[in-house]
Formats: sequence, structure tokens, C-alpha cells
Amino acid sequence: MSRKGHSALLKNRQPHAALFAALGDQTRLALVARLVSGQPASIAELTAGSRITRQAVTKHLRVLQNAGIVRSVRSGRENRFALNPRSLHAMQNYLDRVSHQWDQALARLKSFVER
Amino acid sequence: MDNKIEKKIELNAPISRVWRALTDHREFGEWFRVALQGPFVIGQTTRGHITWPGYEHLVWEAVVQKMEPERLFSFTWHPYAVDPAVDYSSEPPTLVEFRLEKTATGTLLTVTESGFENVPAHRRAEAFRMNDGGWTQQMKNIETHVAQRP
Repeated sequence: MSRKGHSALLKNRQPHAALFAALGDQTRLALVARLVSGQPASIAELTAGSRITRQAVTKHLRVLQNAGIVRSVRSGRENRFALNPRSLHAMQNYLDRVSHQWDQALARLKSFVER
Repeated sequence: MDNKIEKKIELNAPISRVWRALTDHREFGEWFRVALQGPFVIGQTTRGHITWPGYEHLVWEAVVQKMEPERLFSFTWHPYAVDPAVDYSSEPPTLVEFRLEKTATGTLLTVTESGFENVPAHRRAEAFRMNDGGWTQQMKNIETHVAQRP
């Protein structure tokens, strides 16, 4: 692992853990999938047509919001919820960095066993 | 989005040599850059200080899962779990697997790291009830979708 990459990971690890945990749930993933269209949606819209209660939707939205996946947008008198696409890219970036560090470790292993 | 990392590398060294570099804790430490205090033993934790200049105060820790000679070596860990203020034991670890195959010129090594999508224990029961499968596919769909709408 490079020093730079390593120190970046030290700084950024916690938010990523929260991201992975927030998405490790079918209901929340379903909510994210609904919001992927780009249109902010209200809690009532997100509850309509699903088997889960308004309270459950509210609770799951809060988890997604705390993880930075979803943000709330004020629209008239109600709150609507929108996806924050940057958070999903952040997770991909994290995996890319872990992946890159394996590349470097394996390159060192190669020169170690081939010398 | 794929939640598993997989790497393949051809090594021009016999499989026995590669196995030793992976499972002898001193040899592992040399290329991985960590000064391990004890050998790898199935079911036990091995730890040591990172040997990168400037990061020597950080502790590396892994629990050995499998050691099938010259075939499979695996451990679980919390990758880069280095904030002394955080208790990582409550978070699900990832699984690292090293698989070895003999080739005409040496050894093919496949490394996988998986489990990034794991949920904390208190959510696992809930997630299991609601799980109708295919969330990896859902993530792929989301990623594709988001990429199209930057």
C-alpha cells in the first residue's frame, strides 16, 4: 500500500463502513432503487404500493440520510427525499482503493518469491 | 457494483515457495510490511505493527480461517481498522482468501476479499427476513443508473 493511499483510507474508513451497513438491507435498497429515477419523492409516495408502513419508511430514510446516501429537500410544506449519487461513487472509490493496495502488495510478493 | 475484490497473479516460483511466503508469519510480514508477533494458527488472532515508515504505531490484526497446505490460506480482518477510538470488533470483518494453483511455469495465485456488504449483527435478522435475493444485482443496476445521470 502506498503511504498516500493508506493515510487516505485512515481518514475515510468510517463513512464507508456506514455506507456499506446502510445498504446491507433490502428495504433500504428498494428505497434507493425508487429514488434512482432522480425525482425527489415524499414519504407518502415512497410508502404507496409497498407493503411497509410509513413509520418503517421514515426510519429507513433516516438511516440512509445519516449515511449520506439520501438527502432531504424541502418542497412547499413537505419534505421530499432525493438520492445523493456522490455517496455511491464514494463507495466504489473505496473499493478501488482497497483493490489498488492489493495490486501493490501482490507486486511486492512477486518480487519477494521470484528473487 | 461488485462487492468482492478479486486479483490473479502469475508467480514464477514453485507452489511450495509461494505457500511459505504466505503462511510463514515472518515472510508474510516482509512483503506485506507488518512485523507479526506470532505464527498464523487456525482460529487464532495474529497481530503486529505495520512497518511502513510513519505508520509503525498502527496495529495489524487478522484471524486465520483456513490453512490447506499449498491450496488455500484465508483470514478475516478489518481492513485498515486503525482508529484507536473505534471498537472494530462490533463491525463485520471481511474475508481474505489466497488460492494457489500449480502452472507450467510456477504458481497462479488468486486473492479475493469479500464481505464488504455485510450488515451489523443487530440488523442481520431483519435483513435476512426481507432478503429476496439479488442485492448485488440491484447495486449494479443502481450504479449503472447513477452513472448515466451524473
